Amino acid sequence: MYQERIKIDWWTVALYAAIMLFGWMNIYSACYDEAHAAIFDFSRFHGKQLVWMGASILTAAFILLTEPRVFSNTAYPIYGGVTVLLVLTLFLAITVNGGNSWIELGGFRLQPSEFAKFATALAVAKYLSAIDTDLKDLRTKVVALAIIAVPAALVFLQHDTGTALVFLSFVFPLYREGVSGVVMVIGAVAIALFVLALLVNKYILLGALLLLALFYLFVWLNKRSSRDYWRAAGVLAVCAAFIFSVDFVFNHVLESHQRERIEVLLGQSDDLQGSGYNVHQSKIAIGSGGIIGKGFLRGTVTKANFVPEKHTDFIFCTVGEEWGWVGCVVLLALYTVLLQRLIVMAERQRSPFSRIYGYCVASILFMHLFVNVGMVIGLVPVIGIPLPFFSYGGSSLVAFTILLFIFIRQDASKNQLL
Amino acid sequence: MANRHSDRAYVVRIIFLVVTVLFVGRLAVLQLFNPKYRDLAEMQSLRNVTQYPARGFIYDRHGELLVHNEAVYDLMVIPNMLKGLDTLYFCQTVGISRDDFEERIAKARKYSPYTASVFMKQISKEEYARFENKMFKFKGFYISQRTLRIYDRPIAAQVLGYVGEVDQADLDRDPYYKRGDYIGKSGLEKSYEAVIRGVKGKKVMHVDAYSREIGPYQGGIFDTLPIEGANLYTTLDADLQQYAEELMANKRGCVVAIEPSTGEVLAMVSAPTYDPNLLVGRIRGKNYTELNKDLAKPMLNRALMGQYPPGSIFKVAQSVVALDLGVISPGTGFACDKSLVGCHGHPAAASVREAIKMSCNPYFYHVYRRVVQQGKYRSPQKDSQYGLTVWREYMLRMGFGQKLPIDLPIAGMSKGNIPDTAFYNKWYGRERWSFSTIYSNSIGQGEVTVVPIQMANLAATVANRGYYITPHMVRFYGPDSTRNEEYYTRHETGIDRRYFDIAADGMYDVVHVAGGTGRRARVDGLDVCGKTGTAENYGNDHSVFIAFAPKNNPKIALAVYVENAQGGGGTWAAPIAGLIIEKYINGEVARKDVERQYRECNPCQKLPLTRRVKKAKRR
Repeated sequence: MYQERIKIDWWTVALYAAIMLFGWMNIYSACYDEAHAAIFDFSRFHGKQLVWMGASILTAAFILLTEPRVFSNTAYPIYGGVTVLLVLTLFLAITVNGGNSWIELGGFRLQPSEFAKFATALAVAKYLSAIDTDLKDLRTKVVALAIIAVPAALVFLQHDTGTALVFLSFVFPLYREGVSGVVMVIGAVAIALFVLALLVNKYILLGALLLLALFYLFVWLNKRSSRDYWRAAGVLAVCAAFIFSVDFVFNHVLESHQRERIEVLLGQSDDLQGSGYNVHQSKIAIGSGGIIGKGFLRGTVTKANFVPEKHTDFIFCTVGEEWGWVGCVVLLALYTVLLQRLIVMAERQRSPFSRIYGYCVASILFMHLFVNVGMVIGLVPVIGIPLPFFSYGGSSLVAFTILLFIFIRQDASKNQLL
Repeated sequence: MANRHSDRAYVVRIIFLVVTVLFVGRLAVLQLFNPKYRDLAEMQSLRNVTQYPARGFIYDRHGELLVHNEAVYDLMVIPNMLKGLDTLYFCQTVGISRDDFEERIAKARKYSPYTASVFMKQISKEEYARFENKMFKFKGFYISQRTLRIYDRPIAAQVLGYVGEVDQADLDRDPYYKRGDYIGKSGLEKSYEAVIRGVKGKKVMHVDAYSREIGPYQGGIFDTLPIEGANLYTTLDADLQQYAEELMANKRGCVVAIEPSTGEVLAMVSAPTYDPNLLVGRIRGKNYTELNKDLAKPMLNRALMGQYPPGSIFKVAQSVVALDLGVISPGTGFACDKSLVGCHGHPAAASVREAIKMSCNPYFYHVYRRVVQQGKYRSPQKDSQYGLTVWREYMLRMGFGQKLPIDLPIAGMSKGNIPDTAFYNKWYGRERWSFSTIYSNSIGQGEVTVVPIQMANLAATVANRGYYITPHMVRFYGPDSTRNEEYYTRHETGIDRRYFDIAADGMYDVVHVAGGTGRRARVDGLDVCGKTGTAENYGNDHSVFIAFAPKNNPKIALAVYVENAQGGGGTWAAPIAGLIIEKYINGEVARKDVERQYRECNPCQKLPLTRRVKKAKRR
């Protein structure tokens, strides 16, 4: 045994703190009310958030003082515990905003799905870092998928579609660990075809795909074997089946509010008082901010309740309105630097567990950022998930803090052989 | 496990980066290149709230308050904000039935569930006091205050006028007004609208998504305070006005009383009248329709809008014109030749003074002939053209044939008619008329028509012995006591003062000397000068009287019209004029029996009128 040297990556901690503080300022401003301007008014969202921030810092400190191997050793028990909690939630949930993802524990509200993310990340890292697993094996692939799919399905059953979608982010660590990039390409193509099928006449779309296949066969390829023809025909057939199933999925699988949100996004519905209201208002709020914004506490659209969920899922509106384009770019830069740094940190890990877990952390944060900001600025259909470290909410802030700081703790002892 | 796929880190990092760049670009489109969002934000989150100034008060000449404002309350509701309302308790408190409540809420919700609409209109202070302290329990309801005009004494309705909501024409004419604003629709409320309304103020309020006001926008730097409306200090004598209205009750007609030395209108009555409080508040619409339907036209101000043949009172004007032209002398006498024009039985008039006293028709036939046919031309037609033109100029100088520029709404006012040569040329053809065609004018019939205020003005002109000051209703207004210079200008008739003395003597005799036609106007201890008139027209004759008193240094000049009365000027108008003079000068009427008699009498022919056979006799 040698003297353990802990080397905490303070840059990451600083980025975390900066985002959290900026977030708190925007919560304060979004719900600003001259009669309740006191910072330590714990009946207001900004006061409560201060409590959650305190709790998060304590949690972070606790994690940093813990032996790093504790997390890899307890990955499965934590995963199992959270899964049980998710199942229990299905039966014990109270309804909040149409979702059934909250449970009440002695006057304390908790959203288990928030904790399912880091638990799943731990389990995936633990499983894929084991000596006897190899992603080339079908069995490994199936088990890994199952580890991800079980909590995702349970969350989906709680009508928390947004959080369930976040589990798609595990595609990045899987890709990094060896799953073919074709998976990501297929996913991207499927989304593109889905959108195109809703926007364009299906036969025209099919014709375009046929032309593309002919181009591939007769212009792109120099030598063609019969296998090439069969492969092209097969891909084309799958695409055609997909395109013609889009309508069915759209009309019968999706729920009506999801359908409307997609239509709004694609510009096929402009019901500004109904399903289009949220995004229309958030675009007004952000758009009215201009280059440098209206100034701290000066936002009119967000403050006046035109924007719903202004302190949680639509908190980015306040940034856009009060801090303008400059403020938005600064915030996005903070996130981007954090994400890039997390990947760099993951790559410098000696232990595969830490590396995989690092990828999971970065990917989950990225997915939240992508869906949340994308929704607010009208690039993604409305899916209610919080902006990490930024939106109001105790469960999400504490859960994201745990997620991040477990990785920071792993990184601090990266030279130690686990 | 070997680090086999570390190059894939770049793929992941690039994907992350691409998304950020995409977002930054999208934000640039929204925030840097799309000004419409700024306008949209302003449009929906700011509201201009108009601050209404209090409308100016109206006082009488002694400082008595005639018109003021009273606060009333509109109960407003925002349907979507109704939460946890105890409907039964609410209905009991406000005093409406459950069904009524549902109906009103449904109506408001139909208008808009998010914005405020009126739930209950114009709740009085007393009603509101009942539930004022319970309002906090009724979420979604709030009170909006506005003011109504209040008239403590129900007098001078047509003069004061009324206030109503602006119509499309008002909106088109003046951008100051917005839909729902109030504007003076008639009377002083209309003619002094520009000063009495004040100036609206503006508050820019920050509103939330439910249209609730959150607070002033940017600390109120765009706000302006309303400027209170100017008070009007009128020339009316409230007591006299009320007294004259009481005398004119049960009758149709009008009274105009003027202080001759200043042109200030002391009283202006148009009968029948109405209680101005009827045209205020919730009851206005219904009452307006009722008043409008009334055949007797209570909303018409007869003193300004009525056009009547002057009848015999015109003889006063004819006398001074003829004397000034020198076509007669004060001692000129004419026989009462009833073959020229009908007359009543009286001795021949040996002077102008006597002729006025007895109101001799043939006498003034001669007078007018001498005025119109002065012998300047050989052809009687040409001569008449010349004479008529000279005569008309005199009449115009005495204020006839034109709208006297009084400070009441000019629109709808009558000019009266003093015919000119063009008028008769058109009527009869060029040089196809002469004195013999138009002689009816001599006794105030024929084509001549006058407006009651012009006749009161004639009385004032005689009282002043030759000049008048345009009659007006307001002495000064506003905090700086602004005055209208026009109402301090003497309008000279250019007729020698001596001739007015003669006319005044004649008018004195009318009331005071045996054989005078207006003896019922006499007031003990006062030397009242007057002239009777009986104006022929559709229906029964109008009973007319003009007067001033005292004879020297007159305090009051007036004209009294009683429409379609069964009797001449001396029968109805003269005694009423006498009572008004007594009331004004003595402050109290001693002759209670006379007062009661004329207050209660009801001489006017019933409406609608039927044509009656004209009597030949005139007094």
